[in-house]
Formats: sequence, C-alpha cells, structure tokens
Amino acid sequence: MSEHSTYQPGNGAEKWLDDRLPAVRFAKEHLMDFPTPKNLNYWWTFGAILVMCLVIQIVTGVVLAMHYTPQVDLAFDSVEHIRRNVNGGRVIQAVHSVGASMFFAAIYVHIFRGLYFGSYKAPREVLWMIGVLIFVTLMATAFMGYVLPWGQMSFWGATVITNIFSAIPIVGDPLLQLIRGGFAVDNATLNRFFSLHYLLPFIIAALVVLHIWALHVPGNNNPTGVEVKSSRDTVAFHPYYTMKDLFAAVVFLIPFAWFAFFAPDILGHPDNYIQANSQVTPAHIVPEWYLLPFYTILRAIDFNVLFINSKLGGVIAMFGSMIVLLILPWLDRSPVRSGNFRPMFRWFYWLFVINFIALGYLGAQPAEGIYVLIAKLCVAYYFAYFLVILPVLSRIEMPRPLPASISESVLGKAHS
Amino acid sequence: MIKTKTIFAALAVVGALLAVPAFAAEAESGGDHAVEIEKQNWTFGGIFGTYDEHQLQRGFQVFREVCSNCHSARLLAFRNLSEEGGPGFSEEQVKALAAEYQIADPTAEGGRRPGVAADTWPSPFASEQEARDANGGALPPDFSVLAKARGVTDPFPFWVFNYFTAYQEGGVDYIYNLLTGYHEQPPEGVELTPGRHYNEVYPSHQIAMAPPLQDGLVDYVEGEEGVSVPETLDQYARDVSAFLMWVAEPHLVSRKEAGFRVLLFLVLFAGLMWATKNRIWKGIEH
Repeated sequence: MSEHSTYQPGNGAEKWLDDRLPAVRFAKEHLMDFPTPKNLNYWWTFGAILVMCLVIQIVTGVVLAMHYTPQVDLAFDSVEHIRRNVNGGRVIQAVHSVGASMFFAAIYVHIFRGLYFGSYKAPREVLWMIGVLIFVTLMATAFMGYVLPWGQMSFWGATVITNIFSAIPIVGDPLLQLIRGGFAVDNATLNRFFSLHYLLPFIIAALVVLHIWALHVPGNNNPTGVEVKSSRDTVAFHPYYTMKDLFAAVVFLIPFAWFAFFAPDILGHPDNYIQANSQVTPAHIVPEWYLLPFYTILRAIDFNVLFINSKLGGVIAMFGSMIVLLILPWLDRSPVRSGNFRPMFRWFYWLFVINFIALGYLGAQPAEGIYVLIAKLCVAYYFAYFLVILPVLSRIEMPRPLPASISESVLGKAHS
Repeated sequence: MIKTKTIFAALAVVGALLAVPAFAAEAESGGDHAVEIEKQNWTFGGIFGTYDEHQLQRGFQVFREVCSNCHSARLLAFRNLSEEGGPGFSEEQVKALAAEYQIADPTAEGGRRPGVAADTWPSPFASEQEARDANGGALPPDFSVLAKARGVTDPFPFWVFNYFTAYQEGGVDYIYNLLTGYHEQPPEGVELTPGRHYNEVYPSHQIAMAPPLQDGLVDYVEGEEGVSVPETLDQYARDVSAFLMWVAEPHLVSRKEAGFRVLLFLVLFAGLMWATKNRIWKGIEH
C-alpha cells in the first residue's frame, strides 16, 4: 500500500534504516496515512478499544503471574494474597478480572456491528474469519483464566466444560484425560491451564496482527457499505481516527473503572470465593456471563438424533454455532452490505440480537420447565438466521437504493 | 432518520450489555432462599462508603469473644487491625494483642511462640477433622473472605439497579439476616435433624451452628461521652457482619477513594478528548 505513503526519510539515519528495515515507513503507512472512510460511526471504534483491552489484559496478567501460585493448595490463597498484600495488587487483580468482562462486552459489540453492516462480505471474508478465530481463542483463554483462582465455580466450571470433550466418539476419553492431565480436574489441570492461559493471549495478539493486515488490504467497510471510490471519501487514519478512537477508548474506560473500583465482584459469582472442593457441588454451576449463550446451545440438545446421543449432539451444536460464523460470508449472498439499506434484513437482525440475549439469559437459568422449550426455540432461531433466513433473504429482498459514494451520502445527510 | 436509528441501536446494545450479566447474576446468586433477605444500610455501601471504626472495633470484639472459638480467619493478619481504613487500633495495641496468642511455629522452642503483628489469626482447631469433631460433623467456614462468598438474589428488575449503585453488600446482608434469622421452634410440620437449628435464611433452613448471639452476651465498653451502644442480638449481628466485610476486604476504603479519583480524571479527560476530536474533525463532512 505504498501508494498511500508520503513518507520521506527525514535524515540520514532514517534513510539508512529505511533501506534496511522500513519499519518507520511501515508505521507511517499503516498507522498514520492509511486512508479510512470518513463516515465511520462510533461502532467502528471498538476495534481500537479491543486492542486496548488485549494490552490491559496482557500487562495486568503478566504482573499477576509474578505473584500467583498454580498449585491446588495454594492457588486460592495466592490470589487473595495478591488482593491483600501485594502493592497495588487489588487494583491489578480487579482490572484483570473486570477486564475480561469488558473485553467480551467490546468484542460482542464489534461482532454485532460486523453482522449489521455486512463487514463479513467480499472482499473481507478472511478478515472476518480471523476475527471468529480470535473470538473462539478468547473464549478458551477466558475460560482457563477463570479456573486459576481455584474457587468452587472455577473447579466445577472446569469439570463441566472439559467433560464435554468426552462426547467426541473414539478419541473422546483419551482427549479428556489429555486436557485434564488425569482422570479428574486436579493439580495437573490447573498447571496446564495456567500455562495455556499465559500462552493464548500472545496467539491472540498474533491473530490480531493478521486481522489488521487483512483489514488493510481491502480497507474498512463503512456504514453505507459502499466501497471507497476516491480519495474524497477518506481521511487519514491519523489524526482523525486515532483521535476518535482514543476518545471512545477513554469513554469505555469509565464503566470499566466503575466496575473495577466500585463493584469488582458484581460480574462474578460469590461461590468463587469458596475454595475449590471436589466433595461439594454448588447448587447451580454457571459459567461466566460471556459464555452463557454458547452454554445454552450446548445444553439445549437433550434428545438423541439417530446414532448421535444428546451429549454429542450438544457438543456438535455448540461448535456448529461457531463454525456457522466462519462460513457466514458464503451464506449471506446479498450484494448489499449495510443493514441500513436492507428493509427485511433489519427485522431479522434485531430479532437475532434479542435472541442472542435470550440465549445468555437462559444459560443462567436451571434447565427445567419452560426454560427448556424456550432454549430450544432460541437455538433454532440462532441457526435458522444463518442457515435459512440470510440465504433466502439474499434472493427475495429488494434493497433500498444505495448512495453513489460515501461522499454523496455524507453530503446528503448534511443538507437534510 | 439515521440519527434515530443510531440512538435506537445504541440503546439496544447498551441494554443488552447490561442485561446479559445481570440476568446471569440473577440466576447465579442462587434463588434457593425462600425468605427474602432484607438489605441493610451499611456505612461502607455505595461509592463513598467507609468503614465505621467503632463498629469494626465492636465487631472485632464479638468475633474475638464469640465467633473465633469455632471459626478461623486464616488470611487475617494482626497487622491488618492497625492498617488504615480498618478498626483503627494502634500498633502497640496490635502488638500486645498478638502476644496474647500462641502461634504454632516449628522453628520455635517447643513448637509454639507468642504472636507478632505479622502473624495471621491462629485457627481454633489444628485440622479440618478436629473442627468437624468439635462441631457435630459440620465445618465452621473460614471467615477470611466469607462476606464475599455469599450473596443475595434480587427479583427482576431490581438487580439491574445494582450495576448502577455498585451494590456489593449482598454477603454482609446475608450474614446479618442469618444471624438474626433463627427461630426457637421450627414452624409446624418441619422435622429438625438432631443437632440442627432452624434458620429462615439458611438455604436448607437447618443449620448446624447453634444461635451464636444473644442479648447481653458481649459487654461493649461505654463510649467517651457516655454514649452506649445497645447490647442486643441485632446490634451484635450488625457489628460482626460489618467486621466480616472488613476482613474480606480490608482495603475497601482506599479502593473506593482511588476509584473516585480515577473516575473524575476519566470524565474530565474524556471531555478534553471530545473537544480535541471535534476540533480536528471540524470542517470534514462526515
């Protein structure tokens, strides 16, 4: 993308470096001069917010790891030790645990923004798929992180979630033992989860680099979904979007700080302040809120289908709910990206949003009575949205006329 | 047109973000308590909350004279008692207090030595088994983080407000209600297991702990100007609950104070960033 660059090495040393490692040129092209549609709204600031979340989690996490002890008899007390005795520890620990929730809040906004404005459509399929991989890796990372304090929910959450792998035919049991490092969740599990919890964020960071790379080939989508036609449609990333993103990031830090300082435990579960005990099962085993929609999908399949038993069916449905995201670019064939110009799509989209919230709600309820039926309906809609509604809509929907260019739509708005 | 849609979308997403964790919290915090737990006014509630030193001192007295006979508090250090934001004992008082206790120490002569301020609160029983044997098979829970390990369930839609009021006193409310929730006689039709006591707040209503507090059990020292605190079960329960919150979160006050400064900074900083952003974007149609 050198055509966007106006980089001229300022002095001899820069020129020397530029001939050998054009890092400054690269930064100028991609972090400063990169042409960005000028009509991006605040939903587009969540990409930068997510980068900030990742950095916060890695920095606080590295410090926490200096004081944490991954051993079943010591882990619980070592987390309390961080909160009580380590200088600044209570803030660092609170920021890290609240940070996980904020990370997911931001990534859900980011994903639903992509779903509404059709950011997954050509030529951004690879960008979208890398994003889905980041999301799945993030869920794995967060889940393992939640096990580390070794409270009751940590232990029982780990037991329930690792147990789902045993549903896989043939390799299930050996795989389960490999994941747990034994026949039950124990010290070996805690150790490998700690190791992986430290590793995966850096894999996420590498995926984020690929994600941004894949973004910078076609450039940003935008609220109209109309591709950039000329340089009149764009502004330089810096200072326009660096400033807008920074502003949004600071606003995002306000609820973040609210939770971290005033209610650090409100997003967690009181049971996790009870040390893990394999002899006592909590009344309800509930994963963290951000995993609940997928937990509902896992639990909703309580019937056998042919040779597939209900347990395996649940696992297939849960992984299927993520795989369906991967192939979404080939399911929604509508040439119009933005939901703003798709009158029918919009209704199904908002129903999908409500449905997803309902899935989260149901994940926290006991699987009994009316909840079982509603959960099945919600899971059905989740899959129908991707596998039936979007493919059919792309054939029957009459989109509203698109503006000729971003500039035209911007001017139209200014005069109306 | 686009404006209204944006606002609608913003509201929907904000609602969603708040609702999902809130829904989760509703179901998570149990739902098995038949009796609704009455929320109390605590000095440490809300974003400006601070502990009441006198209350913590009274609570400590109740803990020391009553609770600590069976309950441990293994993460509580003597030195915590003189730290800022706590009961406000002097360092000399804490040293003297610690010295009253014998601490197991394999390196000391005879395996025991007088405590120092850096020691943690000695447990009443040497092992879990000993604790169970002395308590009819039940294990008295450790007090270190007990106030955070309990919670209350709010019916829809009231839990939504907890996110805005930063309600974190569910554990203390539960403990206070538990301590005052004993019935001398179980309601008709309830068959008590021997060694159990009827408590309306405890999830199964049958608790192994005998009613630990009663009116006049602990002698409070009269305050300076002859101010006296009632020596009632209710007052003891309130004081020891507050003390337990402090044990679970000894640095709550400094956390909230720091939070206020951080939020103030963020709000002002966001304002400046907004002005800067607008200045930069001025003249660009977007």
